[in-house]
This record gives sequence, structure tokens and C-alpha cells, in this order.
Amino acid sequence: MNQAEFIKTISPFKDKVFRLARRLLVSIEEAEDATQEVLVKLWNNKEKLQGYGSVEAMAMTMTKNYCLDRLKSKQASEMRIVHSNYTDRQAGLQQQTEDRDSWEWAEKIMKNLPEQQKLIMQMRDIEQYEFEEIAKIMDMNETAVRVALSRARKTMREELTKTHSYGIKNN
Amino acid sequence: MELRTIEQLLDKYFDAATSTAEENQLKEYFSSPGVAPHLQQYRPMFGYFAHEAAHKFDKTVPLKTKRHYAKWISVAASLVLMMGMLFYFNYQPVSQDNDLGTYNDPEVAFRETQKALNMVSKNVNVGVNSMNYIGEYEKSRKTIFKE
Repeated sequence: MNQAEFIKTISPFKDKVFRLARRLLVSIEEAEDATQEVLVKLWNNKEKLQGYGSVEAMAMTMTKNYCLDRLKSKQASEMRIVHSNYTDRQAGLQQQTEDRDSWEWAEKIMKNLPEQQKLIMQMRDIEQYEFEEIAKIMDMNETAVRVALSRARKTMREELTKTHSYGIKNN
Repeated sequence: MELRTIEQLLDKYFDAATSTAEENQLKEYFSSPGVAPHLQQYRPMFGYFAHEAAHKFDKTVPLKTKRHYAKWISVAASLVLMMGMLFYFNYQPVSQDNDLGTYNDPEVAFRETQKALNMVSKNVNVGVNSMNYIGEYEKSRKTIFKE
């Protein structure tokens, strides 16, 4: 596998890897490092890639494991505190301030979810993976994935309803 | 889309029983302007999900072919060692000086040879003298243990 072929292989999912890393590590720099790390690991094992059914699923699993390891290490937990108040909005998107604020609620709620639910919600609601794929990446069975996802979504609903009615009462 | 359908889909959604296609229907509905007032609170959620999917990884990945330097370093080191040994064993004898202590005058040579042989015999005698003790020991043994 040469460089061009490799880039063709990774380009459909490298953004997903990055977003998954960012979901867990929060800091953009950390997530970029993690993505590079995972992609370089894939490149170094490029001869073996053809043998795997889905390179994407493997990359996602590697990302998940790498990020969880990072979170466990002390260094990363310090990083998390430093970057906990980040905001990243892509310029040029003419979005209403109201929308942005409400997205931040959603972001905060998601950030407080347990890591497993966070990962599953990221892969399902943002990356739109099928349950079968998520189960493979997470090394869980499909039912467990559905249960965790349902829990995450219900937490989201509960918190949003709270925030929403709080806003109304203030008006 | 009909409001009833949306509500049903939402119920399924929170039980994690919707398909990706149905979830996309929900996303579409909540990004449209006409969201029913009692469903307004879900807008941030679906809006956020759609927004998050847009982040891109635009850093380049340093793709270097792994080189096996270590292997070549050992090869180079053993080559250097072999060259060193080759030079050492080949040139060491040549570099020694050629004076073997020979004499041109036969008389002097004869005297020096005698001196050297004397020295040897003297040293041999030292060894023989110490053997005498063993002889004494043998004698006294014979006087005690008569056979």
C-alpha cells in the first residue's frame, strides 16, 4: 500500500476519528494529536490493513482506546481542566446567537455523560453509525448499546426540558 | 410531516429504536422553521448533532516510511571491528624491532652463551636442592616403617 492509497483509505473516516477524539479529550490540540497518533499507527501497520474487514471500525476502536488511556494518565487530566471552558465555532456560519447558546447546552449535557454513553451517542447521533458497527467498535452487544444510547438520550431530554422550562419561567 | 408521526418517532428515538433514516427525518424536522411549540426544547439537541458532524480534521499526517536503521548500525559496527582486528594482527609483528640479541664476534657469542647456560643451570640447581628435602623425608620414612 503506497501513500496515495493509504490516504484514500483513511479519508472517509479521519474526520470521524478526530471528532470522536475531541468528544473525549475536549481539547482540540489533544484531539489532533490523538488523530495523528492513530493514523500513524495505521500507516505503520499498513501491510496488515487489507486483512481486516473494516479499517474504519478498527480505527474507531483504536481511537476510543487511545483516548481513554489518555484520560487515565495524569497529564491528560490536567489538560482537561485547562481546556474545560473552550468554545469552538466555525466562522462563516451565519447562525443565530440563540441557536448557538442552545447548542452549548446540548454540548454541556453531553460532556457530563459517562464516557461509554458519550462515545455511543457520538457515533450514533453525530456519525450515524449502525448499531452493529457501534457494537463492534465498543466490543459490546447490540442490546447493551441500545440501552446505553437510550439512557444518554433520555438524560439529554430531561436536562434540556429543565433548561427550557427554566428559560420560560424567567421570561 | 405530520406532528403525530414526529411524536411517535421521538418516542421511538428515546428508546433507541429508530433507524438512521428515521433519525434523519427527525433532524430535518427540527432544523425546519415550523417546529411545534411543545417540541421546541428538542431543537438544540438535533441542531447540535448536525453542527458537530461538520468538524474537520485538517492537519496533515506525518507519513514516514519506517526505516530500520538499527539493523544497519550493527552491520557497520561489526565491519569496523573486523577491519580493526585485521589491521591489528597483520601489522603488529612487522612493527616489532628486529634486534634478536645476536653477536657478530664468535668469542663474545661464546661467552654470552656460557653465561646464559650457567644462569639456566643455576636455576635448575635451585630446583634440585629443594628436591633433597623429599629425599630426607623418604629416608626417615624407611627407618620408621621397615618393610
